[in-house]
Amino acid sequence: MQSILSVSQVSKTYGSGHKALDHVDLEIRRGEIFALLGPNGAGKTTLISIICGIVTPSTGTILVDGHDAIRHPREARSRIGLVPQEIAVDMFSTVASTMRFSRGLFGKKPDQAYLDQVLKDLSLWDKRDAKIMELSGGMKRRVMIAKALSHQPEILFLDEPTAGVDVSLRRDMWKMIGKLREQGTTIILTTHYIEEAEEMADRVGVINKGQLLLVEEKAVLMKKLGKREMDIALVEPMTAVPVELNEWHLSLEDEGHRLRYVFDAQAERTGIPSLLRKLADLGIGFKDLDTSKSSLEDIFVDLVEHKEASNEGAVA
Amino acid sequence: MTGVNFHGIWAIYKFEMARTLRTLWQSVVTPVITTSLYFIVFGGAIGSRIDSIGSVNYGSFLVPGLIMLSLLTQSIANASIGIYFPKFTGTVFELLSAPISAVEMVIGFVGAAATKSIVIGLIILITSAFFVPLRIDHPAAMLAFLVLTSVTFSMFGFIIGIWAKGFEQLNIVPALLVTPLTFLGGAFYSIDMLPEPWRTVSLFNPVVYLVSGFRWSFFGQGDVSIGWSLGVTGLFLLLCLGLIIAIFRTGYRLKN
Ligand SMILES: Nc1ncnc2c1ncn2[C@@H]1O[C@H](COP(=O)(O)OP(=O)(O)OP(=O)(O)O)[C@@H](O)[C@H]1O
Ligand SMILES: [Mg+2]
Repeated sequence: MQSILSVSQVSKTYGSGHKALDHVDLEIRRGEIFALLGPNGAGKTTLISIICGIVTPSTGTILVDGHDAIRHPREARSRIGLVPQEIAVDMFSTVASTMRFSRGLFGKKPDQAYLDQVLKDLSLWDKRDAKIMELSGGMKRRVMIAKALSHQPEILFLDEPTAGVDVSLRRDMWKMIGKLREQGTTIILTTHYIEEAEEMADRVGVINKGQLLLVEEKAVLMKKLGKREMDIALVEPMTAVPVELNEWHLSLEDEGHRLRYVFDAQAERTGIPSLLRKLADLGIGFKDLDTSKSSLEDIFVDLVEHKEASNEGAVA
Repeated sequence: MTGVNFHGIWAIYKFEMARTLRTLWQSVVTPVITTSLYFIVFGGAIGSRIDSIGSVNYGSFLVPGLIMLSLLTQSIANASIGIYFPKFTGTVFELLSAPISAVEMVIGFVGAAATKSIVIGLIILITSAFFVPLRIDHPAAMLAFLVLTSVTFSMFGFIIGIWAKGFEQLNIVPALLVTPLTFLGGAFYSIDMLPEPWRTVSLFNPVVYLVSGFRWSFFGQGDVSIGWSLGVTGLFLLLCLGLIIAIFRTGYRLKN
């Protein structure tokens, strides 16, 4: 099946000389939910802005449903809706009028019934005649989504949709994304939170320092990234990890008050029971156990190190 | 979608007109008061001591000049803020990401700014009829000049709005260039009244041709021939249009 969006060899160097994207290749399948994960400054917004025609790429091509986004912008752009990272909307307009504006701007003829439905889906119905400056931050964010949906895009970009958003909006948003997906809309979202990607996405891409490090089915990635950490709070602080515990590769944290064990939650044997037995044998007392998923930060470090290691391997 | 994005043009036009209507009171009252002041001061107090210019009494002679002055400043102010404000607030992202061409966008923005200027021009015309005797020899030409000037200078304002990096820059071109050129362009006198070499120097001022052509449509007399007036105005229009197209081609100050 032809992909609905095809990004090839896209690079971007800003006027400041900063290289924000470095030869990015990406294929998005029709109807999927794709999560782009990356730390601050990774190039997520830059990539989205280039696809949407807001930023000019330094090199590379983009095909939207087969249409070259630079040579045939009209065909490409009419298929795309964008919810930007920052709230940017005319504060003097009313909610309903700004949606009609967006719909018109994208060349669609008026359809108030459809817009009313979007208003209801996003719990904005009561606010439809309110000026945007009178709305709370979360409601403004809903308006940004409503504007993007007002022209019925086939591809929807959500740039950090859940940043600064409360639980109810987050839930609304997931519901809305589910509904859009049923209708066949392709959705590309960026996030810092691996949980969010886990919750919604079919596939995940990881970007760092302008390079797309990997693109993977979520299930596969979650397995790869399924590392967890267990922190053991010690009764007595220690200065070094006893040699008897070497096989677990523990690290000492918190000035000797905690032992940290990194394990693979998906593995058949986590090594936890044997570790706890060993601690008891050695007479090492502990007050508390705490497990957590490894943070996205750790995952990036991991990925980047792997990448660099393999690059060195290739050179050698 | 193929062909022209009429819905897009209409959306921008309506949005810009709504912006004007929000401040309708200022938009209408300000020109009426300013014009009245001009007529009281220049037409009444000073004008009574000035001879007729050609066959036209000085008060009436002022009318086309005053309308031109307002058309120029209003067109530039409206169109420049119309595109500058979205840049300033970030809402320009939506315009840039929309399937709308440069020409379509310009039609929306410039159309709205020009509409407002034309309405203000007509308001001034009506106001002036209360102060001085008026005749319009060539009404069709008068309207044509009104529209042409409004469109041209709205485009000029649009360019300034894209170029400006701050509110100061937004005002600098109108204050340092357009107002002086208008005042020196024969809005309040005939350039024939100037001594040489200033008369000849004035012929390099494009506003002279606008005012002269516009005045010709009222009284059948102007500083330069109507052909020259039309030619120079048309040339300026094409120049602005070319600049705008170049701006969108290169993404100048709109895109990174
Ligand atoms: N207009 C600009 N001019 C110069 N550099 C820019 C510009 N916009 C972004 N950058 C730089 O490009 C890099 C990528 O920025 P981008 O906004 O794409 O990151 P991001 O992944 O979206 O980050 P975040 O998670 O913080 O939103 C950053 O180093 C940023 O400083
Ligand atoms: Mg970003």
